[in-house]
Amino acid sequence: MAPLAPAAATAVAAKRGLGAAFIFQKALISALVALVLFSLMIGVRTEAGPEGQLIYWTRFGDLAAMVGTVFVGSIVIELLRHWWGPVETIRVVPARVTSGLALARRAIAPVLLIGTFLVPVIFYDQRYILDLGILVLTYVMLGWGLNVVVGLAGLLDLGYVAFYAVGAYSYALLATNFDLSFWVCLPLAGILAAFWGVMLGFPVLRLRGDYLAIVTLAFGEIIRLVIINWQDLTGGPNGVSGIPRPTLFGIPLDNSDDGLAALLGIAYSPTHRIVFLFYLILALALLTNWATIRLRRLPIGRAWEALREDEVACRALGINTTTTKLSAFATGAMFGGFAGAFFATRQGFISPESFTFQESALVLAIVVLGGMGSQLGVALAALAMIGGFELFRGLEQYRMLVFGLAMVLLMIWRPRGLIGHRAPTVFLEHNQAISSDVVKEGRG
Amino acid sequence: MDYFAQQLINGLVLGSIYGLIAIGYTMVYGIVGMINFAHGDIFMIGGFIALISFLILVSLGLTFVPVILLIVLLVSMAITALYGWTVERIAYRPLRHSFRLAPMLSAIGMSFVLMNYSQIAQGARVKPVPPIITGGYTLHESVDGFVVRLSNVQIVVVITTIVLLAVFTWLVARTRLGRDMRACEQDQTMAALLGVDVDRTISMTFVIGAALAAVAGMMYLLYYGLVDFFMGFVAGIKAFTAAVLGGIGSLPGAMLGGLLIGLIETMWSAYFSVEYKDVAAFSILIIVLIFMPTGLLGRPEVEKV
Repeated sequence: MAPLAPAAATAVAAKRGLGAAFIFQKALISALVALVLFSLMIGVRTEAGPEGQLIYWTRFGDLAAMVGTVFVGSIVIELLRHWWGPVETIRVVPARVTSGLALARRAIAPVLLIGTFLVPVIFYDQRYILDLGILVLTYVMLGWGLNVVVGLAGLLDLGYVAFYAVGAYSYALLATNFDLSFWVCLPLAGILAAFWGVMLGFPVLRLRGDYLAIVTLAFGEIIRLVIINWQDLTGGPNGVSGIPRPTLFGIPLDNSDDGLAALLGIAYSPTHRIVFLFYLILALALLTNWATIRLRRLPIGRAWEALREDEVACRALGINTTTTKLSAFATGAMFGGFAGAFFATRQGFISPESFTFQESALVLAIVVLGGMGSQLGVALAALAMIGGFELFRGLEQYRMLVFGLAMVLLMIWRPRGLIGHRAPTVFLEHNQAISSDVVKEGRG
Repeated sequence: MDYFAQQLINGLVLGSIYGLIAIGYTMVYGIVGMINFAHGDIFMIGGFIALISFLILVSLGLTFVPVILLIVLLVSMAITALYGWTVERIAYRPLRHSFRLAPMLSAIGMSFVLMNYSQIAQGARVKPVPPIITGGYTLHESVDGFVVRLSNVQIVVVITTIVLLAVFTWLVARTRLGRDMRACEQDQTMAALLGVDVDRTISMTFVIGAALAAVAGMMYLLYYGLVDFFMGFVAGIKAFTAAVLGGIGSLPGAMLGGLLIGLIETMWSAYFSVEYKDVAAFSILIIVLIFMPTGLLGRPEVEKV
């Protein structure tokens, strides 16, 4: 932080000296507000009694504890705030720091990649870590897929999980009904999801900003409701089970005579399949990443970014916004479809419960937290979010509460995401980094 | 014909509940320009507080229904309004000048917080209450025995909605606060320069929206006789759909949109399939937006460069 100007410093010092009464007053008000807020919701507990009649009992102890927590918490927060002093919101990064960071940034991606490649080698015996790795990579892939729509094209999509669902159900239904193999279904799932992406794209072509958000949300819900209610095709709430496992280009990874283990003449172990799934999702995720990076350099990718920055200017430059938007939706949806097909083959069972709005919000949170448009940021955010989510597995009940709170606090702390930095794809003489704090977002 | 008349009544009652929630969305969107994703959950909290205060009042020995209803209404409006204020204070005010996705994500986060908070505090099971207002009038009885009924609950819901709308319209059109709100809606910077306390006005917007959502929550409790922690999500999307359908930012539009969504949903359930009623409501939203991107009563958005 830059040294404070003398006047500001004395103001802070004065505040520190005067603080006690002020802080106490503020904490008291917070506690009073908390008392009213929690009075009925926490102070009284309702439950259906033996005859179906609602009964209630009081929990004044819990209420007092909550109000006390708010009182103390508010004092702590105020103290921290005074201690840190005013924080400058716009800062210009010095050149040396920038170059240091750029070096670290160049190093971190290869290190992460190699590390990820080595995970199945190092943790071969630890099923839990491998499963967690597969889960994180699935979200990395979903995040990268949504990043095309939200991060590059600036189209806010709250129904991304619909394409995930389309991919998963495409694979599940094709494989269980027609005995098609995973490698035939994977492109089909991608194409079907892309098709639905275009279907969603058409109505939203004329919409701007937040209208888009609600239409995509509605679209996601429509797909989910249709899946639940079209029982003949999808099995309704019961889902689809018995989805075949993936094969290594036709060679099954099981204990049979023509399985991979028998062919190679090694002892069979169920870990083979997990390791295979790990590398499969890693390959799919890297494919997404590679395609995104390539597309960004093509005219279509530049059109996406132009659309994100300013739609009106974009149109004035003669860019066809219709094809630009539709291609962004289709591309993002296709990757979502791939991820869905992978999800179906990994789980062996899918049901509509896996495709709720919460999933969409989680993926969107990963993209925004990662810093929109930053591939590395999305990967780190997926690792942090899913890993963090995993930490709270013991506290099943409080997990979503903590997740919601974390979303709020992270947005307040870093509204631009973890990597709030964007390198321009086109530059004149040398690549100069811009801190995204000073970049203004267009309302696309 | 009788069947249609009955569905019309049911649809209008449901629509007034949606309309009350939709006003909260439309006001916040008009002034701050963000979708308050937590608004549906505020509605759910309002329903819970109405339920709990009702239980307490009954166990205290109160029997005169109008008094109970009035107290429940005031208590749930007051406490829920404070929820609205707190949510704005914690999750939205620090992000007022942030880039536009940030407040939306913190609103989604807040929605999860409220939903899981009430699940933890009150349990995940549906809470049913016995009918509080009973009785009604038979409007018409056809030859084959089909009865068109207007129940007292429906009368209460519609009358409360009309009264609150009248009060609210007066508030926006005639009071100082209403003038401040309209000023902030047009141009916050200019309003601030002319002496309007923008922060206070925005807080009040959230408070009023939450109070109306609390009324909707209580009406929902009276009408359906149950609340649960998840009801805010679907009701919230539908009310937002109503607000968009009517033209977001427009108050009469929100009410009109609410009524339309209520009618569509009821008619669809009556004549087609109950399972697809939400699909019908959302599809209509999409269709309307294709042909009228600003909704039914919305002003066309001017593109600024």
